[in-house]
Parts: sequence; C-alpha cells; structure tokens
Amino acid sequence: MKPAWIIAKRELNAYFDSLIAYFIIVLFLAFSGFFTWLAGNGDIFFRKQADLNVFFGVAKWTLFFFIPALTMRQLAEEKKTGTIELLLTKAVTDRQVIIGKFLSCFLMVAITLALTLPYYITITYLGKVDHGAIWSGYLGLLLLSAAYISIGLFASSITSNQIVAFLLALSIGIFFQFLFEVIAGGMTGFIGELFSTLSLSMHFESISRGVIDTKDLIYFLSIVVLGLYLSEISISKR
Amino acid sequence: MKMITGYLPMDQGDVLIGGQSVKTGALKKQIGYLPENNPLYLDMPVMDYLAFCAAIQGVSQSAIANRVLDMVQVCGLGAEKHKRIRELSKGYRQRVGLAQAMIHDPAVLILDEPTTGLDPNQIVEIRELIRKLGQEKTVILSTHILPEVEATCDRILIINKGKIVADGAPSTLRKQAQGRQVLQIRLEDAGVEDARQALANLPGVSAVEISNPAELRFDVQSHPEYLSNREIFELCVQRHWILAEMIPLETKLEDVFRDLTVN
Repeated sequence: MKPAWIIAKRELNAYFDSLIAYFIIVLFLAFSGFFTWLAGNGDIFFRKQADLNVFFGVAKWTLFFFIPALTMRQLAEEKKTGTIELLLTKAVTDRQVIIGKFLSCFLMVAITLALTLPYYITITYLGKVDHGAIWSGYLGLLLLSAAYISIGLFASSITSNQIVAFLLALSIGIFFQFLFEVIAGGMTGFIGELFSTLSLSMHFESISRGVIDTKDLIYFLSIVVLGLYLSEISISKR
Repeated sequence: MKMITGYLPMDQGDVLIGGQSVKTGALKKQIGYLPENNPLYLDMPVMDYLAFCAAIQGVSQSAIANRVLDMVQVCGLGAEKHKRIRELSKGYRQRVGLAQAMIHDPAVLILDEPTTGLDPNQIVEIRELIRKLGQEKTVILSTHILPEVEATCDRILIINKGKIVADGAPSTLRKQAQGRQVLQIRLEDAGVEDARQALANLPGVSAVEISNPAELRFDVQSHPEYLSNREIFELCVQRHWILAEMIPLETKLEDVFRDLTVN
C-alpha cells in the first residue's frame, strides 16, 4: 500500500499548492459557520440545547457540493493531459492509484472538518454537551464524505472532462442525498423500505443522533467499496 | 511499446524481458518509459516531481535525494531544477521526461518519439544523451525521423502494418537495399552522345542516363557488386575529358524505408 500513500501525499500537496485547498476550506467554513452561528432563526442559539446538530445538517449539504469539486479533477484531468499513462506505467497497480486518490480527498475533507473543532469547544462553554453524540456526528460526516468521494472518483474515472465529472457526481449523489428518501416516502411495503435503506441521509441522521449501528457502517462502507471498485474497472479499460 | 510498459493489456501473446512476462507487473520497476507527448504534472516543481517518481518506483527513502540530484545533473537540468514544469521550454520538459524515466535506474528504457518538437540543438543534445545511455542500458526508441535512427541506433526494426519488414543494423539494411552502385558524374570538354556511348561501353557499367545534357551530367549505374569509379576516371584521362564531379549516390535509410513499406 506504500505506493497508494505516495500518490495520496502528492495529490494532497497538489491541493495545497494550487490554492484549491484553501479556497475549499475557507468556503466551507464560511458556509457552515454562517448557517450554524449567524443565520438567525434556526441557528444554534435557537435550539436551546448544546449540540452541533445544526452544523451537521449544514455540513451534510456543503460537503455534498464541495466533494465533487475536489474529486472531479482526480482522474479526469489525468486522462485529459495523458499523465495517467505515465502514472499507470510506474510500479503501481490500478487499485493503488484509486486508493491513493481516495485517501488524498478523504484527508483533505478530514483536515477541513478538523478546523470546525473550535465549534465543539465553543459549545462546551454554552451548556451541557453530549460528547458521544458530537463525536459520532463527526464520524457520520466522515463516512458520508467517504461515500461521496468514492462516487465522485467514479464519475471522474469515466470521463476526461472535469465539468462532466462534477455534474455527474452531483447527479449520482442527489439520489443518495434525498431522492431515495423522497421516493421511499411515496411508497409502502418492501419497495418503500428498500429505498429508505438506500437513502444516505437516513443512515447519516441515525449516526449523527449518536447511534452507531453496524448496519449504517456497512451501508457506508459498501458504497465506498463499490464506488472504488467501479472506478478501478473504469480506469483499467483503456 | 504501451504493452511492454503495462499500459495496454494484451489480447494475445506475451512480452518477455529476460525470460519474465511483463503481464505480472513485477517488471515495471525494470522499465523506464517516456510516453509520446511527454505528459507531466505541470504544477509540480522539477525536483518534487522527480522525487515523487523515484518514491513511487520504489527507490528507498534515503536514496531518493541522491538519485534526483544525479538525474538533474545527467539531464542538464541544473539551472531549472527549482522551477515548476509548466515554466519550462519543450526541450527542458523532454529532459524532465527522460529524467523521470531513468530515475530508478531501469534496465530497459522505452522512449516514444523522444525528439519531437525540439529545436535542432536540443535534438542533438537529447540524441547524445540517448547514445550515452545506450552504452549501459537497453534503449528502445520509436521515431519517424530516419536520420535520428542512423544517428542513435544499433539495431533497426521497420514495422509496416503490424509486421516486421526489416531487422538489422543500419549499415546492413542499407546494403541490402543498395545492391548496386550509382555514380553521378559531370564531364567537361566532351560530346554528349559520344560520352554516353563510351561510358556505356565500360565493362563495369550497366546503364547510363543523361540527367542534364547541357551540363554534361550523367547517372552511371554499375553492375551488382562492381565499382566503376576507376574505369570512368581512366576513360576520361584517355579521352582528355575533364572529370569535374563524381558523386556516389548513397541509398539513404529513407529509400530503404520506402522500398519496404510501399507496395
């Protein structure tokens, strides 16, 4: 797995070298900060409860939009400039390349989320905090990010155009984000349950409430594995 | 080439290097590859890029810095080593491409059209570099520039529509296609028809063509395995003609190539 780690480091450096990283971090903090603390009605002060549920709800949406922006260039750009040929002829396997790219995006998101930890510290001054719920909320955000990153990588692996990769990732993501939930709401019986199980939001909410269920973990991990596996197949076709 | 490097999968057959199949991927560390359009991570500084390539090719952490400096020196990148690849000229990018291909000291170097897009000075420099490398390593290079082949290669394969149509050293190939000698001569103080007759009657000469009657230029073809320079000279001395020019026409690799690939 060492080559995957080398690739991940390079990609992460590329984010920080090209200012994309700072741009994403600043925007993410601005959005989630505004809606968590300043938006007025509905922000954290109106809840009369010391928790970060508002932030988790906002971050779910900001990550939904920002992650495709991170993943879109990963494989699409390499295909466009031809550097993928150089990368894949090095002593690495296709899988290591995909895992390296996944890791770099995941670390990027983790760094961004780590920068919101001051929110947590602030909250502990405001009232009695359920620490378990907050950590599981962060875990939920990381799992959600991992799922969207693998979807984003898959989108990036099937095209050489970054815009297409971005939009494709969003349109696949939107199903998991709320369309499955909407469909599930209109159905009953087995089909209703099926769509409700597929909905990423359902699983995320259950984790962010502080309940870490193996079902949810398996759900997120299977999206990640499936996404990465499909990306691997897609880049092995050349 | 792309199959040797493991980029394209093979439908049938196999490529063996030193008895080992490239399909396992285990040989990737033994191969250095410079793809056709030399794709590089343009945003990276030269040194960082080379260090990345070294690390990913399995060069040990402690050896990376030395290897990078070696390559910078071998490829003449000293003045540019801290620049981003985007800022480099085509020739320097090509050197970075060569440097990344050689960074892990591979036994086999595969170069796809290494001199395209370079100016004549850069071409000469890159060729010299390749020649130098070829003394220690196996270098496989593909090109459409035939003088380049003559300048750099010890063995040539000409491939036409997927089939090998020629295989050998440049001189062997040339001889194969040449067969007979052709001399271009220019005379003075002679009559056109008279000279043609006299030349055609020489024992070594098989055909004479008048290429320019006003300047008395002739193309003289000898019989196979026969050189007629001497006879022509002696004829001229005998007839008191002035032999103003005598140029042996060499069969160029281009002609060999055309002969072999055009049916």
